[in-house]
Amino acid sequence: MTVLSVKDVTVRFGGLIANDAISFDVSEGMLAAVIGPNGAGKTTLFNVISGAMEPTSGTVYFKGELITGLPQYEVSQKGLVRTYQLVQLFKDLSVRANIMTGFHRVTKGGVLAALLRPRWFMEQEARIASRTEELLDFVGLRAVADMEADKLPYGQQRLLEVARALAAEPSLLLLDEPAAGLNIQETAALADVIERVNRQGVAVVLVEHDMQLVMQIAQKIVVIDFGRKIAEGSPAQIKAHPEVIAAYLGGTEGLDD
Amino acid sequence: MTSLNITSTNSKLMDAVRTVVVPVAVVFAVLGIALTSSGYVVTLIGFAAIYGVFCTGLNFFMGYTGQASFGQNAFAALGGYGSAVLTANYYWDPVLALLVSMVLSGVIAAAVGYPTLRLRGHYLAMATFALGLITYEISIEWNSLTQGYMGLSGIPPLGMGKYELVNEKHQLIVLTLVMLLGVWVSVRLRDSRFGRALRAIAGSEAAANALGINVARYKLAAFVVAAVYASVAGSLFAHFVGFISPEVFGASMVILSFTMLYLGGVGTTWGPIIGALIVSLLPEVLRGLKEMQDVVYSVVLIAILIFAPRGLSGLTVLFQRKQTGPDV
Repeated sequence: MTVLSVKDVTVRFGGLIANDAISFDVSEGMLAAVIGPNGAGKTTLFNVISGAMEPTSGTVYFKGELITGLPQYEVSQKGLVRTYQLVQLFKDLSVRANIMTGFHRVTKGGVLAALLRPRWFMEQEARIASRTEELLDFVGLRAVADMEADKLPYGQQRLLEVARALAAEPSLLLLDEPAAGLNIQETAALADVIERVNRQGVAVVLVEHDMQLVMQIAQKIVVIDFGRKIAEGSPAQIKAHPEVIAAYLGGTEGLDD
Repeated sequence: MTSLNITSTNSKLMDAVRTVVVPVAVVFAVLGIALTSSGYVVTLIGFAAIYGVFCTGLNFFMGYTGQASFGQNAFAALGGYGSAVLTANYYWDPVLALLVSMVLSGVIAAAVGYPTLRLRGHYLAMATFALGLITYEISIEWNSLTQGYMGLSGIPPLGMGKYELVNEKHQLIVLTLVMLLGVWVSVRLRDSRFGRALRAIAGSEAAANALGINVARYKLAAFVVAAVYASVAGSLFAHFVGFISPEVFGASMVILSFTMLYLGGVGTTWGPIIGALIVSLLPEVLRGLKEMQDVVYSVVLIAILIFAPRGLSGLTVLFQRKQTGPDV
């Protein structure tokens, strides 16, 4: 079954076409990647998919349901959860508290419940607490659970952001350049986490610059350049694709000078 | 495993001592000192308790949710005038008048906040400031209801049915208990799904959105909660003093409450209370310095903000056990 379907998404900023009729599908449980040179329109595409931005034309379907035009929080509530290129942690909160905020989508209760604390509320809090510990173990952050989030090294901040997104139990996780700024060990740890998330049945789409990472973990790759989709396929197909090589090396004669 | 459990129970116990037992003990100690002192000290501590309620509410919006409001005095005025008019002119029960004013303030906050909270940062601050100014103007101009600059007098003390708290010391006990109730409610709301959503918004609106949090709705909820606290503070003031005028809820209230909030520690549980107490008492402590009073007052405030940038309640970290982190 198709979990995400992007159809003819076009985004214009004045005269600039950031996304030009981009279409692709992601099936349930798939690990896909969107790649392309700087300025190709990847983040714009992510903003459209996650509901942070409305496309000029085109539509996005999530689990068969039209989500274009919905506010971002409603898209997230349906189970399409994203992370950002620049980490967006709750800096003053502890690592554990950061993860606990992630359960918003899958829990209930407002002011009245918080005040009266009925039994279901307390049971829910207990469930949140135990699930938080599981997630801390899942990304290997238990040792630093009580630290403030912005005291963590950058690689662990990335892992924390993923753990917090997982708390929302997404059926599709969008990761915007998760490996940006990470060293080799940190990237390996992140790749491991992403693969384990995917093995649990969560579909993942990542935008990424790190080619090695993408080729290693993605099952399907969509390549965009100047806002257009120029290729789509398995890592092996993409590596051999002439237009992709041209885009990345600046033309077939690109290295000749 | 067993030793691990013991240490975690121990640290939980220590946390409870630090965050509940010690502060509550301090509050009762201050209350005890006030009760054995002159009427003037009772009045001062009473004001501190009322401001403690106001600032605990403001802390919801500015501390937990990270939004600026320079106009919460508008809702204190609503509460104050609501209670004053209903009890002095219509002879309502003070408790009933307080509750009705609370609801009215909450409804008006929701109606006014809905369009206003679309603004952010400085623009939100300006818009809320205007809210305070408009309320001030109304309280002056609506003569038939508020008696303008003259103010309203003859407001009965707090009470319920036949029982009236005529004695100021009894009133102080009630004010302190209401303040503690306010803190208790704020802690309960903070440590819940609701409170976590607010703190997510303060941390990053983008991330809050991505986690499915309806940012506009939760900001509005925090604004309404803060307004309800402000309204209660206004009502308590009216009954404690027995007289209100527009000046009471003027711009000076905004400045005073901001000083209290930042001095005590914005976003902390007890910060607003500590701030309210110190800012209320400091001018009196310094009174003996005569013309140097204002200078020393300012120096003390600046010194506190320099040496305790997270507010005085941030200093309790000094008594906390060291956080164990990785060597990085």
